[in-house]
Amino acid sequence: MNDVPSIVVDQLVKRFGAFTAVNQVSFEIRSGEIFGLLGPNGSGKSTIIRMLCGLLTPSSGSATVVGFDVARQAEDVRRHIGYMSQKFSLYNDLTAIENLQFFAGLYGVKGRALDERIAWAIKMSGLAGSEQLLTGELSGGWKQRLALGCAVLHRPRVLFLDEPTAGVDPLSRRQFWELIHQMSREGVTILVTTHYMDEAEYCNRLALIDEGRIVEMGTPTEIKQTAVKGDLLLIECSPLGGGLAAIKQAPGVIDASVFGAALHVVVSAGRDPVTELPAFLAGHDVRVGRIEPISPSLEDAFVSLTGSRALSSEPPQ
Amino acid sequence: MSDEIVQVDGLTKRFAGVVAVDNLSFNARKGEILGLVGPDGAGKTTTLRILAGVLSADAGAVLVAGQDVLVQPEAVKSRISYMPQQFGLYEDLTVTENIRFYADIFEVSRTVRQQREDQLLEASGMSRFRNRLAGQLSGGMKRKLGIACALIHTPQLLLLDEPTTGVDPVSRRELWSILYSLVFEGVTVLVSTAYLDEAERCHRLLLMYQGRRLFFGTPDELKNMLPGAVLSISSPDPQALQTAVAGEQGILSATAMGDTLHVVVDDPDRRLAQLRAGFEHAGVPFGEPRRIAASVEDVFVYVISQQETQQGS
Repeated sequence: MNDVPSIVVDQLVKRFGAFTAVNQVSFEIRSGEIFGLLGPNGSGKSTIIRMLCGLLTPSSGSATVVGFDVARQAEDVRRHIGYMSQKFSLYNDLTAIENLQFFAGLYGVKGRALDERIAWAIKMSGLAGSEQLLTGELSGGWKQRLALGCAVLHRPRVLFLDEPTAGVDPLSRRQFWELIHQMSREGVTILVTTHYMDEAEYCNRLALIDEGRIVEMGTPTEIKQTAVKGDLLLIECSPLGGGLAAIKQAPGVIDASVFGAALHVVVSAGRDPVTELPAFLAGHDVRVGRIEPISPSLEDAFVSLTGSRALSSEPPQ
Repeated sequence: MSDEIVQVDGLTKRFAGVVAVDNLSFNARKGEILGLVGPDGAGKTTTLRILAGVLSADAGAVLVAGQDVLVQPEAVKSRISYMPQQFGLYEDLTVTENIRFYADIFEVSRTVRQQREDQLLEASGMSRFRNRLAGQLSGGMKRKLGIACALIHTPQLLLLDEPTTGVDPVSRRELWSILYSLVFEGVTVLVSTAYLDEAERCHRLLLMYQGRRLFFGTPDELKNMLPGAVLSISSPDPQALQTAVAGEQGILSATAMGDTLHVVVDDPDRRLAQLRAGFEHAGVPFGEPRRIAASVEDVFVYVISQQETQQGS
C-alpha cells in the first residue's frame, strides 16, 4: 500500500427521476488498498460501482479511476479495471479453460501473455487437472475463483468486487480473501460491496452507506469502537424469555435481544450495569448467571447506524 | 428423553453412487434452535428434505414427535413446516393473499387464520404491507413473508434451508428475533446456514462434512475443539505479518483481516516471543498480541482443514 490515490470520488450524485440513489458521496482509495462499501439492499452501493466503471453517468460531482475521469474517459477507465459480480458471469456450458479464453479475447490479451495469464489463472484458482470440466459442474468456491481469474486476466490496476462471496461456503471464502490480499500486496486497488459482515472484516477501510449517503467511514476497528453508542453486555439469565421482557424496562437499557442461550443488551454509557441489572432482574424473579461487557461486532455497529431507520421505512422499490 | 421432538438414527441417502447423507444420527429438543452447518455439498439440504418428508431415505429412522416420517409421512405433515431455499411465493399475489393460500393448503380454519395472520405480520413488521404484491418486496421482506406462510398452521417443527442468504443485516436480525419468539412458544427450529456468525445464535450445532456428522453439541463445546488459542494483532499491514509467521512451528493458522491478524497458536505462552521476532523482522508496525475468544468460523475452518489434510495424505 502507498499513499497515491487510485480512486478519487468527489461529491458524487446520481438521481433517477425524483429518486436520489447516490447523495454527495466522497472518498479516496489508495493504491493497493482494500476498501469496502457496506450497506443494506438498495442503499446505492451498486450504483456507485457502475458509475466508477463508466457504465452510468453521474448527475453531478466527479470521480477519477487511476487518473481518468469516469464521465469523460470511460474507455480509458475500462482498460484498467476488472469487475466481478455476485452472479460470476461465467458460461456454465463452457469448460473452465474456454471461459478463460473467452474473457482473454474480450480484454485483448494475446500471444505469449495469453498463455502465461491463463496458466497463472488456472494455478491461482486451484483448477489444475479440472480445466476441461464444464463450469456448471464446478462447486461454488471453484466458480468464484475462476470468475476472479477471468476478471484479472488483463492485469487491471483496479478490481471491483460486487458481493463476491454470496452463497460460497466459509472455507472457500477464506481462500478467496487470501487471493485478494495477495493482489493488494502487488498493488491492485480493490473496491468491494457487501452486506456480509465477515466479508467487511477483511477490508482495510470501510464506508457504511445508507440511503445513498456515507454514514461512517474508517477501519473495521474504528467503526466498531465509534458506531455503537453505549456499552454492550452479554447476560445469561433464567428464564431467558422473562429476562428479555423485564430488561427492556430497566433504566438505561437502549436495546435488548436474544443471542443463542443469552441476551445481548445495549446500555447507555456512564452507568454501572454489571451491578444495576442483576439487582433489577432479581426484582422481576429473573436469576442472572453470567454478566460481562463484550466488544460490539461490525453487525452491531451496522444495525446501530442504520437499524432504527431501516425498520421504520418502506423497502426500496 | 421425552422432550426430544426429532430423533434421527443412522440416516443414509445415496444419489447415483454418491453418499449424500452417511449414517447420520442426531436429535432436537422442544423449543431448541439446531443449526446445520458445513461446506457446500455436506448434505444439509438433503437432510432437511428427508425430515420434511419430501425425499425418501435409503436407511435409518427419522422420528418426529414419536412418529416415523419415513414410514408415515402424512401423519406428521401437520406438525412440520419446511421452507426451502427457493420458497414458492406467488409474486403476483399480495402479502395477505399468499398467506391465505398457504392457510388453505394446511386447512387452517378462517377464524384461526385471521388471528394468526395478524400476529405473524405484526411480529415481522409487515402489517403495513398487506396489500403489496409479493414480487415488489425486498429480499429480506420476501423471506419474512415465506416464514409467515410456513408458520400459518402453527407447526411444532420448522425446517429452514439457508433463510438468510442474500438478506441484509437488519432483516437478518428481525428474522432471528422471530425465530426466538417461536422458540419461547415451544417450536423447534432446524436451520441450515453458510454464515457462521449465525451459528453462534443457535442452541446446538450439527457440523456436517461429506454427509457425515463431524460434531454435534453447543457452540461453546465446538470452540473447545480448537487446540491452543487465538491471538489478535492490530497492524496497518496484516498481510506482511501473516507472510512472516505463516507455516512456522506451533502456528496452526494465520489469517489477515482488514486491520488485524488472527493467529491460532498451539501454546500462547511459548509462541509470543517467536511471533514478536517474526513480526519485527517483517518491518511493519504492530500492536500487542491480544488473546480473543475463538469464533465458530475459526473452529470450522480448523476442523474442516484437518479432514481435508487427512484425506489428502
